[in-house]
Amino acid sequence: MNIHEYQGKEILRKYGVAVPNGKAAFSVEEAVAVAQELATKVCVVKAQIHAGGRGKAGGVKVAKNIDEVRQYASDILGKTLVTHQTGPEGKVVKRLLIEEGCDIKKEYYIGLVIDRATSSVVLMASEEGGTEIETVAAQTPEKIFKEVIDPVIGLAGYQARRIAFNINIPPDLVGQAVKFMMGLYRVFIEKDCSIAEINPLVVTGDGKVMALDAKLNFDDSGLYRHPDVVEYRDKDEEDANELEAAKYDLNYVTLDGDIACMVNGAGLAMATVDIIKHYGGEPANFLDVGGKTTVETVKGAFDIILADKKVKGIFVNIFGGINKCDVIAQGIVGAAQQVGIHVPLVVRLEGTNVEQGKEILKKSGIDIVVADSLGSGAEKIVSLVG
Amino acid sequence: MSILVNKDTKVVVQGITGSTAKFHTKQMIEYGTKIVAGVTPGKGGEKVEGVPVFNTLSEAVKATGATVSVIYVPAPFAADAILEAVDSELALVICITEHIPVLDMVKVKRYMEGKKTRLIGPNCPGVTTAEECKIGLMPSYIHKKGHVGVISRSGTLTYEAVHQLSQAGIGQSSAVGIGGDPIKGMDFIDVLKAFNEDEDTYAVMMLGEIGGTAEEEAAEWIKKHMKKPVVGFIGGRMAPPGKRMGHAGAIISGGKGTADEKIRAMNSCGIQVAPTPAAMGETLIKVLKEKDLYDSCHTH
Repeated sequence: MNIHEYQGKEILRKYGVAVPNGKAAFSVEEAVAVAQELATKVCVVKAQIHAGGRGKAGGVKVAKNIDEVRQYASDILGKTLVTHQTGPEGKVVKRLLIEEGCDIKKEYYIGLVIDRATSSVVLMASEEGGTEIETVAAQTPEKIFKEVIDPVIGLAGYQARRIAFNINIPPDLVGQAVKFMMGLYRVFIEKDCSIAEINPLVVTGDGKVMALDAKLNFDDSGLYRHPDVVEYRDKDEEDANELEAAKYDLNYVTLDGDIACMVNGAGLAMATVDIIKHYGGEPANFLDVGGKTTVETVKGAFDIILADKKVKGIFVNIFGGINKCDVIAQGIVGAAQQVGIHVPLVVRLEGTNVEQGKEILKKSGIDIVVADSLGSGAEKIVSLVG
Repeated sequence: MSILVNKDTKVVVQGITGSTAKFHTKQMIEYGTKIVAGVTPGKGGEKVEGVPVFNTLSEAVKATGATVSVIYVPAPFAADAILEAVDSELALVICITEHIPVLDMVKVKRYMEGKKTRLIGPNCPGVTTAEECKIGLMPSYIHKKGHVGVISRSGTLTYEAVHQLSQAGIGQSSAVGIGGDPIKGMDFIDVLKAFNEDEDTYAVMMLGEIGGTAEEEAAEWIKKHMKKPVVGFIGGRMAPPGKRMGHAGAIISGGKGTADEKIRAMNSCGIQVAPTPAAMGETLIKVLKEKDLYDSCHTH
């Protein structure tokens, strides 16, 4: 799960990680009020969307007085920002962060990530702040420093110091930088983060080390123990279909095409999307119904699929292991009877209780094209949708 | 022969009284797996499918001599169940449970260092040695005894591959689902090593997907060490970047972990990759014929 920059900074502040003073604003008036409250010479008006690259897209402006705050706030609120992370359709700005400006002397990068190779949390840092870390990694890998963190010990003081010296934090500010990293690590562990990225971390003219930006992502599997993080969810930033799918514990990702698919298991679901494309079709979604399918979740899946008006055909591909084909079949029949399915439907069932499942479909009298393999099912739906 | 499990393996089911565990305990027993015990705290003394239930794993192991456990415990408690299995010095623990918080797995992996227990999963379909021992979720009827080893990051894609092979008369030695999580127990290379040393495995099918670099590392290892032909498949060619495709581990980030990159790495190490998931079986068969292994792998 993603949250906004201002929310990330709220969490950081609670853990003693230095961030500039600032507050969220949902309207121009609120933006002006926050700026007046801050009473600083310079204010930064920052668009809050779940995507990076906001500055380049015109979503971050420095205001030198209250009139400018008002001007920039009304310019940015409601504007559609298109960045390299939003996709071509962009994202509408509905929230702003109004923050005190600071005198930046130098920008750095600090990030915590889960590293598969070492099965550990890794602290990454670079003195090339402000640019994307992927770019730094590709062009000047020697400028990235890493510390693998032992989960028993946690981030050790010497590791944070080594990072601070390696990225050339001014020696008199190393203590502050270490405190910053220690706090960030505590946030990462205590809130089940999957990414905590501070880009840039800045050193200011008045000798402070702080987070100018904050990107916190959370492990969805850990959310059950963090109701406070779940509170931060901004549904406007998420795909409506994906949210609806989450209610039924379905994994759903919207794609651009017109052939919907409903599959069990992420691997097979990805492979199904691939094979539709291979036969010349365009998949409308990735949908993994997961392992705890009930008649209700299958019906829910059909509701979501059919709500997408661009869908011209549906391919159900189930290889039951933990799921049972008869339950899936009942769900298909139930959905067809309740909501009606007016587009071609190809069903391929295999695995646990497959015979019972096929029998249920046959007896239902619903117009279903049965396929006996993955390949033939994909071929059939592509030709039916044409 | 086979890898990891066989007809003599004694298995304990952790979380045996849950509905999924009950259903699959029955299926496993019907397949011929020696399920000797179950564990659910507070349910000691009960029986599930005739299998005695214990309150603690150490008690169950002591009473029955189980050497392998399979975990169906809900996600908030599953990491603890793995620790209990490692503490009980089991040879192998297979964790079926999905949605275990990643940071829990970071601790589990640290705890396992230097211990004898090996882990498969979490978020995996388990291990099946055809016609001998099935542990986990795989549908029973798809397997056929033979000489092809199967390794996969995905559950249902494993079934698909095994099914395609069996339908074409190509049996399997063992099928291993290593799971789709970013932090897990045995990885491709660990299982490849086991298949490399197994006399009864003549060829291997390796099913990967987007995210991480495990396939690339496995391809390098295969090039250097593997004595048997390996055929691959990579799921997620069409996946958009930054989106989590169901599996926590299946996410393309910063242009890394794409299917094209993985396929290129595998091809350059001499591994043929099936062009579509429907062609996994036929790609393997083509390679078996090229290597003159088809007759020894094919049964009617």
